[in-house]
Amino acid sequence: MVLSKRIAIECSHAASLAAKLANVDVIAAYPITPQTHIVERLAEYVANGELDAEYINVESEHSAMSACIGASATGARVYTSTAGQGLALMHEMLFIAAGNRLPIVMGVANRSLSPNLNIWGDHSDMMASRDCGWIQIYAENAQEVFDHTIQAFKIAEDERVLLPVAVCFDGFHVTHVIEPLIALDQEEVDRFLPKHRKAAYRLTPDQPSTWGSVASPDIQTELKVQNEWALNASKDVILEVWREFGDLFGRYYAPLEAYRLEDAEAAILISGGFAGTGRMAVDKMRKEGKKIGLIKLRLYRPFPIQEVREVLSGVRSVAVVDRAISAGGLGGPVYGDIRNILYDVKDRPAVLSFIAGLGGRDITVKDFIRIGDRALEAASAEGGEHKVEFIQVRM
Amino acid sequence: MAAQAFRSIRDIPLEEYFTSGHRACQGCGETIAVRHILKAAGPDVIVITATGCLEVTSTPYPYTAWAVPWYHVAFENSAAVASGVEAALKTLMRKKLIPDKKIHVVCFAGDGATADIGLQALSGALERGHDFLYVCLDNEAYMNTGIQRSSSTPYGAWTTTSPPGKVKPAGQMTYKKDLPTIFAAHGIPYVATATVSYPLDLINKAKKGLEVNGPAYLHIYTPCPAGWRFPSEKTIQVSRIGVQTGVFILYEVEDGQFRLTVKIGRRKPVTEYLKTQGRFRHLSDKEIDVIQKYVDERCAKFGLPPVEAST
Repeated sequence: MVLSKRIAIECSHAASLAAKLANVDVIAAYPITPQTHIVERLAEYVANGELDAEYINVESEHSAMSACIGASATGARVYTSTAGQGLALMHEMLFIAAGNRLPIVMGVANRSLSPNLNIWGDHSDMMASRDCGWIQIYAENAQEVFDHTIQAFKIAEDERVLLPVAVCFDGFHVTHVIEPLIALDQEEVDRFLPKHRKAAYRLTPDQPSTWGSVASPDIQTELKVQNEWALNASKDVILEVWREFGDLFGRYYAPLEAYRLEDAEAAILISGGFAGTGRMAVDKMRKEGKKIGLIKLRLYRPFPIQEVREVLSGVRSVAVVDRAISAGGLGGPVYGDIRNILYDVKDRPAVLSFIAGLGGRDITVKDFIRIGDRALEAASAEGGEHKVEFIQVRM
Repeated sequence: MAAQAFRSIRDIPLEEYFTSGHRACQGCGETIAVRHILKAAGPDVIVITATGCLEVTSTPYPYTAWAVPWYHVAFENSAAVASGVEAALKTLMRKKLIPDKKIHVVCFAGDGATADIGLQALSGALERGHDFLYVCLDNEAYMNTGIQRSSSTPYGAWTTTSPPGKVKPAGQMTYKKDLPTIFAAHGIPYVATATVSYPLDLINKAKKGLEVNGPAYLHIYTPCPAGWRFPSEKTIQVSRIGVQTGVFILYEVEDGQFRLTVKIGRRKPVTEYLKTQGRFRHLSDKEIDVIQKYVDERCAKFGLPPVEAST
């Protein structure tokens, strides 16, 4: 029996609690809405002596990630979190964290990018950095934020991986919501995650090494290819860690989650907090006899190519709902990825692009029903041409 | 403060931590400074280097000139990276996960990386009080990218982005940003200036900077034959005449106390310095007068004597 307790917690604080239970050594963070609650709570833990860590109040997000890079290269277990403009300012450092194989864990409270200044949620921040080489996981609620953050340390620090992990969750719609959480206690976390990071490679005078040297055209390709291989290979470890977590605590996770898809003709695909609203819409449509289901994409990088192909093999159409734009007529970024990997699949479903929920705008049940109806129309139609539809645009 | 750690050249350790075989230009001032600072630090050190000549010439993959742990992350953030390294060492030692011994954290960065793109990261790291030594290797322009002006380029210098012309006869038309004063204003325990022609002064200041508890800033004038346009065997002479003319003022600010460390009996006119370098070749007497006046005012402020009467 699992002796965990059920508590009510703000999702941001679920991330802080997870980082505390992971016994992080160094936190470097800079305030930005809607991420601040995470690092405020961590600062309290450190100030109260509940967490033995160095807390660096850096002067920018660029320095936050730079300090995380320095600390992680020295062998520490490191956590930070950011959002929106902060993630954009970190952009340069994200690639270096991944390229230098540093197991940093970061919470991303997904926020829109300027202009205009908008502190509310969408996925354009992480999507603009999606090729940075990080493992990227999208969480829907407090439980997932908590579980995925703890798991992230184990995944990142695995010697077969050694890559940073971003745990993404929607600004405000997830971060600021108080939800039930089955928390783990310290003893439980310690059973799952080694109390301290074991860094085989680190900066130490005992074994001097040179990191971040100059690479000529003669070697850069090989270095980049190794990063790509490492990210691709991390998927097996992610699945292994999720399985182990499930065996210990009873909560199992998969790269994507199918809802009422058994006999569905069409599916809606989304990641993040709005999956819940999507499921409500599916329930309503099912009551009306409409054969529709929902797929929640949890693991975004490495992209679960095989799983996506399998889950879509039974439907005739899929409506991909993106909270970001891939500029220049390509629709949403996730839509582009899905359409890409389905190209060489025989009898592939039609793929539709919907862009919704930008800058914190709600995606309602009604919106999802409209999207679902469009998907069902496409399921019974011929063809499946590229078309991008924006939801709730007043023009 | 204790007596000087290095009283003569013979006191300087023979061990090399920045080794030969790197690809810096002949006569490079930076590499002389780095070699000496690492001798002061010894083997228990972690070095962070900003993007620039030093990084590029010392680590062409898979070679390295560094016999100590060394990390280059990017251009603007060596102080932020050092903050993380220092914080990690502190926690890991406190938790007894690594042996508890003094490990110095040293940043090497150029003047562009310090005065321009990395000013914010350094200011933040100094304010937070991390225990590390930040060394600015000031060759007064972006040399690695091909001699472009920085905010540390002096008035009157030619660079590829401050070329002298009809409208801008002096070339660089602005005055050098006074970095040591800016960092001394942060109230950190130790700030000093040095140059390669005074190696004992330099290495003793490095030692002090390494030993203080908290951040230290060392500003080193490192003549650059390629960018300043002088023959590569003249580096030390150019450095020395820079001090003798009062263009480089060597001092330290220890716990807020200012002290000139190299006093000049008779100060030479700036022309002695300017004429050693091709980058000042275009200057007219009018502009040289402007520079002389500027240097005189600075020297008066820092307690150096007026220029010796011409004979």
